[in-house]
Order: sequence, then C-alpha cells, then structure tokens
Amino acid sequence: MSEALKVPSAKETFLEPLIANNPVMIQVLGICSSLAVTSNMKTAFVMGLSVTAVTALANFCVSLVRSLVPGSVRIIAQMTIIASLVILVDQILRAFAYDLSKQLSVYVGLIITNCIVMGRTEGFALKYPPIPSLLDGLGNGLGYLLVLCVVGSIREIFGSGTWFGLTVLPTVNNGGWYVPCGFLVMPPCAFFLLGSLIWLVKTFRKDLQEPKEYDTHREDY
Amino acid sequence: MLLDLLKKYSLLFTKGGLLSYFYPLFEGTFTFLYSSGRVTTGRTHVRDFTDMKRIMIIVWLAVFPAMFWGWYNVGNGTVQAIASLGENAANVVNTSYSLFSADYHYALLQLLGGTLGSDAGIYSKMLLGAIYFLPIYIVVFAVGAFWEVLFCIVHKHEINEGFFVTSIVFALIVPPTLPLWQAALGISFGVLVGKEMFGGTGRNFMNPALVGRAFLFFAYPAYISGTNCWVPVDGYSGATPLAQWAEGGIDALKDASGNAISWMDAFLGNIPGCMGEGSTLMILVGAFIILVTGIASWRIMLAVVVGAFLTSYALNAIGSDTNQMFSMPFSWHFVLGGFAFGTVFMATDPVSSSFTNGGKWAFGLLIGFMVVLIRVVNPAYPEGMMLAILFANCWAPLFDYLATQRNIKRRRIRV
Repeated sequence: MSEALKVPSAKETFLEPLIANNPVMIQVLGICSSLAVTSNMKTAFVMGLSVTAVTALANFCVSLVRSLVPGSVRIIAQMTIIASLVILVDQILRAFAYDLSKQLSVYVGLIITNCIVMGRTEGFALKYPPIPSLLDGLGNGLGYLLVLCVVGSIREIFGSGTWFGLTVLPTVNNGGWYVPCGFLVMPPCAFFLLGSLIWLVKTFRKDLQEPKEYDTHREDY
Repeated sequence: MLLDLLKKYSLLFTKGGLLSYFYPLFEGTFTFLYSSGRVTTGRTHVRDFTDMKRIMIIVWLAVFPAMFWGWYNVGNGTVQAIASLGENAANVVNTSYSLFSADYHYALLQLLGGTLGSDAGIYSKMLLGAIYFLPIYIVVFAVGAFWEVLFCIVHKHEINEGFFVTSIVFALIVPPTLPLWQAALGISFGVLVGKEMFGGTGRNFMNPALVGRAFLFFAYPAYISGTNCWVPVDGYSGATPLAQWAEGGIDALKDASGNAISWMDAFLGNIPGCMGEGSTLMILVGAFIILVTGIASWRIMLAVVVGAFLTSYALNAIGSDTNQMFSMPFSWHFVLGGFAFGTVFMATDPVSSSFTNGGKWAFGLLIGFMVVLIRVVNPAYPEGMMLAILFANCWAPLFDYLATQRNIKRRRIRV
C-alpha cells in the first residue's frame, strides 16, 4: 500500500462519481440490480439508499483497517465487512419497511455482489484514508441512486401512470385516458433506458466519449 | 428547366450556403429526379445501375400485391364479421356515421359510396381496406421520414431510401385496428433504437420494422395480438387461425360465419391477420419479383423453408397429447401467420441478414427452426416469425465470421 499517493480533494472524490465517473453510466457496473428494482420508484429509491449506505460505510471501514490487512487475504476481509453491512441493512429494512423489503426480495442481499461496492473498496479505500474513502463511497452510492431514480421515474410514470405510488397519468383501467406502456414494466426495457442515458450524457459531455475505433465517415472504402 | 432550377439553388445548400443544414433534403430530391454526376474517387470502384434507390423502389413495388390483397381482405373480413353479428348487423350497416367520431373509417366509406352490408362488392371492400391501411401508412411514413431526415441533418448523411421499405413493411405487419399514435410510437422506436442509434441504414443489425413491431407487441399486447384487433368491428372477436389451431387443432379453424377454413383459403388469404400477411399467393408474386431482379437472396428464402420443413416434421413425429400445435404440418405452417411475408420481405433484408453464402444458409435455417419452435413449444406466443427473425438477426454477424474463417482456413491449407 503506497501512502505516498496524492489524496484527491474532497470535492473531487464526492462529485466525480455523480456524472463524470458515474458507476452505472460510465463504468457500467451494478446493471443487474438497476434492471431488477427500477420498475417503481419506491423500490428504486430504497435500493439506491441501501447501496449508498453500504458503499460509504464499507469504504470507511475497509480504509480504517487497510494497513492491517495482508494483501493476500484482502478480498476475504473486504467481503466480511461488506457482508456484515448488507445484513445490517437487510435487517433494518425488515424491521421498519417490511413490505418494501419483501418487494426487493433477494436484491438487498445481493448488494454483497454488487460490483460498485467491491470496486470502490478495492479500487479506492485500500489506498486512501478513511474520510476521503467515505466521501467516495457516498458519491458513488449517490451516482447509482441518481441513475436508479431517473430510470425508475420514467418506468413508473409511463409504465403504470404513477410516481411513488401517486397517480400522475390516470390509466384507462382506472377510468383515465392513459394507455400504460407494458414494455416499460419489463426489466429488459431498463437496458434501453440506460443505453439512452449513456447516449445522452456522452452527447453533452464530449470529454467522456471514448476515442473512435473506426472512422465511419471515410469516403473511400 | 427543372434541372437548371435545381442547379441554380444548389449553391444555397452547399457548404456555407444559407440552407446548408438542409443539404440532405436537397440531395434527396435531386437524386430522386436526376442521376448523380458524382464519380467514385477511392481505390475500389464498382459500377452498377442497381443503386439503393432502384433496390428500394423495386422491393416497395413487390409488396404491392400483398398490400392490395390486404385491403380487400380487411374489407371482406369486416363485411363478414358484421353479417355474423345477427340482429345487430342491420343496425351497424344502416347507421350513418360522423367523420369526427371514433367511427370515422365507416363514415369515410359511406361518404365515398361504399357499403358495409352483405351486398358489398369488391369496390366497397377494397375501399374499406384502404381506409384502414392508408392512415396507418401515412402516419408511419411521415414519422419515419421525420426521424430519417432529422438524423441525416444532424449526422450530415445523405437521405437513405431504406425507410421507404421500412415504413411500408411496418404498416403491413400490424393489425388494421392499430391506433395511429401507436403506429407512430412503434415506427419511432424501430427507427431510433433499431437503426439510428447504430448509425443509420447499413449499420443496423436488426430489421427496424420488426424492432418497432416487437416494441408494440410487448408494450401494448392487447392492441396487436389476441382476438379483438384483427377485424375492425365493435363487439366482434375472432382469433387468427394460428391461435385457433393452438386451442383445438385443425378442427377449430373457423371463419366469421362459422365455416371451416381450408388450406386453399389460407393460401389465398381469406383469413384474419396482419394486413399484409394474409395471402401467401400474393406474397409469392412479390417474391418472384425480387428474386428475378436479384435483389433478395434465394438462399435465405430456401433455407428458411427448409429449416421450417425439417423442424415441423420432427415435431410432428414427436407429437403431444396436450399441445395441439405439435400436429400442425409444414403445409399449414407455410400459409398461416407471418411466415411467408417474413421469409420473403424481412428475413432477406440485405443489411441485417448474413452476407456470406454459407452464413445465409445458416441464418435462414435458424429462422426456420426458431419460428416453428416458438409457434409450437411456447404457449405464450401463437406467432413466432417476428421473434425468430430478430433472434437470427443477432446471430448473422457470427455466421458471417464463421463462414469467412472457414474460407481463410481452407485457403491456407491449399497454399
């Protein structure tokens, strides 16, 4: 572990992951849960909060013990910390929001395998002190929450005509005029929404675009 | 004179001109009227009079027989369905409808001198079909053209004629009762996600018309499948023959008046379904046109038929006591649903199918295999052509890769 690394500024660690280095849109991590829990806002929001809590605390704890853990067993040590935190979050949800925890079913438990958490502890917390690590975890968790909320809002409003369970567009089945788009309720549609989000972000932030592999506008083939 | 006019105004549209943003529109109009004076500058040089425009126009014309039959069939089906309503029939026929109500189709028919009664002749039937088809087609064409032009302007491409075919094919593979806003939404999704996101015509790996239909199929299943959407008559419900077969085997095939449907009926197209998919005969006429002109690949068409033939016979041999679809012979698979239309006009899409000859065979066989498998084994979807072609589209590049690798290997051995 090289302590000589320059610690990035607090602003940088916190704000970078929101858009410029967003874990879902730019690093394309945590896709499985973003597809599964975003069909309505309640589950998307709670899931986003849970992941934020786990990422932030796991980053903090791993960073605290980073000089005590031998490199050869670091993955196991990280997993233990993350798993304990996930169990904690799961128990809290069961105690205070039982219905939601039922809806989220296995996906809370599966935060353990969420690449964002492991990626941040491995990639950031092992190198830097606790406070920047905490901020980095918070930032990444919020970046994930942001994407989940955008996708969840679109899917719930246009897929079932509601937002957080409140009626926004009265659907035909309930005597309104809106014909809900059944496609948006299905998990695969989150792929299209995520893809469009990435397209949108990269259109407005030219600096995030990868270099072109081919020149598709060449005149002579 | 027109040429002079165009030349005079061409300065406006070229670089630095006032309207340079709209160059794609100008270019589109110009090459529609006159052939381009541009010559190739690169190393490769191919000369052929069959350019994109020619190809697209011929395919466009080739679907016309199927389309005209579709008009007749929609009208015919409607008249029969109204007659089957019993006492209510006279009521439906004799009401005079308002142009500004949900029944504007009927109103337009009456205005133009057609009738809904059982004495309706070929004119009334064709007219009624056209009244259902044309609004959908116009909306699809306008929306598709809008996206095409928008992306041409943003990406500074030339306008591509691909959307001529995409829009007419899309309009023909939807039921006549499709709401117009859904038609617009479907073609938008097809063009945007199926084509423009990947770089426009020539870079799409899936058939845009089918992508749009698949979107509608999953988003609004009640409007594009089931029993209520095939014939535009209120209070009438009739399943497609495929769904009827899935329910009760060959004996369950009944038309609106309760008569059994024969194989010849299905072949000629006297069955409810999507507008262009009815008549296998008319589709074969279209197939003849695009095969003789060398536009579509006979390898793909033949491979689809062979694949479906083998699969359906294998499933017939396996048999099933509970699933009626296992008993459907190949001859019926061939004439029901979208099999013929998909084989002729969509599997052969030059962009999203395989390029190599070996790849084409594999691509077609996969479609034939999948379509029968989905129809027979999957209880949720009585029709499988759309999903089979989209599935095979994803595999096409792999087949091409394998075919070229095989070629490379063979040549190496020869050296």
